[in-house]
Amino acid sequence: MIVSRRETWLGRVLLIILMVVTIVPFISLFITALHKPGTYPSGLSLPETPYWSNFVDAFTAADMGALLWSSALIEVGVVPVALLIATLAGFSLGHLRPPGHRAIFLAFVIGLTLPFQAVIVPLYYQMRDVGLLNTRWAIILPLIGLYMPFAVMWMRAHFVNMPEDLSEAARIDGANTWKLFARIHLPLSTPALSSLGILLFLWTWNQFLLAVVLVDDPTKRTMAGALGAFQGQWGTDIPLLCAGSLLILTPTLLVFLAFQRQFVSALMQGALKG
Amino acid sequence: MQMRTTDTTGRREVAAPASTSHEARRRALRARRLRRGWVALGLVVPAAAFYAAFVLRPLALTVQYSFYKWNGVTASTFVGLDNYRRLTQSSETLGSIGNALQLIIYFSFVPVLLGLLTAATIRKFATSRLALASRTVLFLPQVIPLVAAGIMWTWLLASDGLVNELLRGIGLGGVTRAWLGDTSTALPAVGVIGAWVALGLCMLLLLAGMTKIDPSLYEAARIDGAGAVREFFAITLPSVRQEIGVCVTVTIIAALAAFDIVYISTQGGPANSTLVPGLEIYYLGFFSRQVGQASALAVVFMALVLAVVLPIQRLTRED
Repeated sequence: MIVSRRETWLGRVLLIILMVVTIVPFISLFITALHKPGTYPSGLSLPETPYWSNFVDAFTAADMGALLWSSALIEVGVVPVALLIATLAGFSLGHLRPPGHRAIFLAFVIGLTLPFQAVIVPLYYQMRDVGLLNTRWAIILPLIGLYMPFAVMWMRAHFVNMPEDLSEAARIDGANTWKLFARIHLPLSTPALSSLGILLFLWTWNQFLLAVVLVDDPTKRTMAGALGAFQGQWGTDIPLLCAGSLLILTPTLLVFLAFQRQFVSALMQGALKG
Repeated sequence: MQMRTTDTTGRREVAAPASTSHEARRRALRARRLRRGWVALGLVVPAAAFYAAFVLRPLALTVQYSFYKWNGVTASTFVGLDNYRRLTQSSETLGSIGNALQLIIYFSFVPVLLGLLTAATIRKFATSRLALASRTVLFLPQVIPLVAAGIMWTWLLASDGLVNELLRGIGLGGVTRAWLGDTSTALPAVGVIGAWVALGLCMLLLLAGMTKIDPSLYEAARIDGAGAVREFFAITLPSVRQEIGVCVTVTIIAALAAFDIVYISTQGGPANSTLVPGLEIYYLGFFSRQVGQASALAVVFMALVLAVVLPIQRLTRED
């Protein structure tokens, strides 16, 4: 292919500018977090002595241990259940195709563009009536339901593309529906399942609205919800706020860097299918 | 479905004893299909139950609440379409919808256009080391909570923040201000945050679409003497139509449903200049306790999202 030198350089420069614009807010956050607590540092000015203790203070102030534990509990409550029931439904609607499968699928798809704010008011009263307000269940249960349109669509799209012959052969060998699912189709779904798992993990970790509305106690919220509360409480102490934000970001960033390739492909596919 | 039935029948004929009548075999087959149908429907039940309990039911309740006047505690009274009538008369509500529509420019158009421009320029070395390494960096805003993006940018856009420092540095000290605190710049400033979040994803999605284009198309165009601009409009743009549709849909929903970023950076202020429907539903429902009013706005809000998103879907899906 003919590529002129000038175009290549222009492209490189553009890409680097884009990367700088993306990364600078993080650097600014980090540098600010090292300033003397209680001060109001300006721009990118470097602190005379870095106050690493800010991170320790923020860790205690935000009760970070409890926050991590809470987010982990919510993840454990949401992701496996959502994956399991979405896979079952996707397998049924995409592969077994019982009578009425089109109508059922359509009913799920309706929820796809639904912003969470559209249902948040009734959800609050629903949770209040069953006495789950201010518990982690108030985040876990609705999130599973709210993920269903996307998760079922995702798994159905996977099972629709599985060859019919495969099930045919298994049926002839005497497999019932359960064996067909557990022995044949489930092992073949690992890539689709892990991508979906990554997306659900991320969305749960970053869920803000449900946490803010349904749970008052920051130590029972998701990480994003806790960060909101932290800002409300420490919003005036900028270095401490920045240190706390960074601490709350760190677990996601570590997981992201460890599973980069899977994250990138999951997010790209997620956007394309959504 | 049809294929499978004939296939099974064909094979069973071999295995079945000669005495079995055709009729009995068909009945057995139908019974099995019916049983499998019930099993298959049973597998959908858990997902459908969660979906019905936490999406469909609240959705129906939102519609129901919207016809009542209720403070969430005492008895409610039926008021018909009153809540909707009051929505159309409330400058706050109309303003919030206007703000959400304006946010589309920043959350959607800016990142998609910039993403297209960048992707088209770096398309030719999309597999170089630099481009591959850039993925990690450009995905960071997608991975962090929007709340964190809001906190970072609130600080960057503050009166002594980095943005103003840079402006002073290049001699534009006159335009510096607290970007999020000024009624005339607060909404675009919130928009900048949204654009920053979406830009990387849009660029990479469009780039992925462009790498699938057959290179011989470009060679043919170059031989015909087409310049970079002609090439872009004649080949690149039509080929990534679907990816553009995806980017536009995702970012428009993000703009209309904006909540996290606005909540953190401006709380809808100053003077409601950044109030959006997502936030107003929250205020109405949980602060002023006008549950009916909040629900009516939620219904209008949903209709708005569908009215904007569905035409785009249709436009980009049909080929």
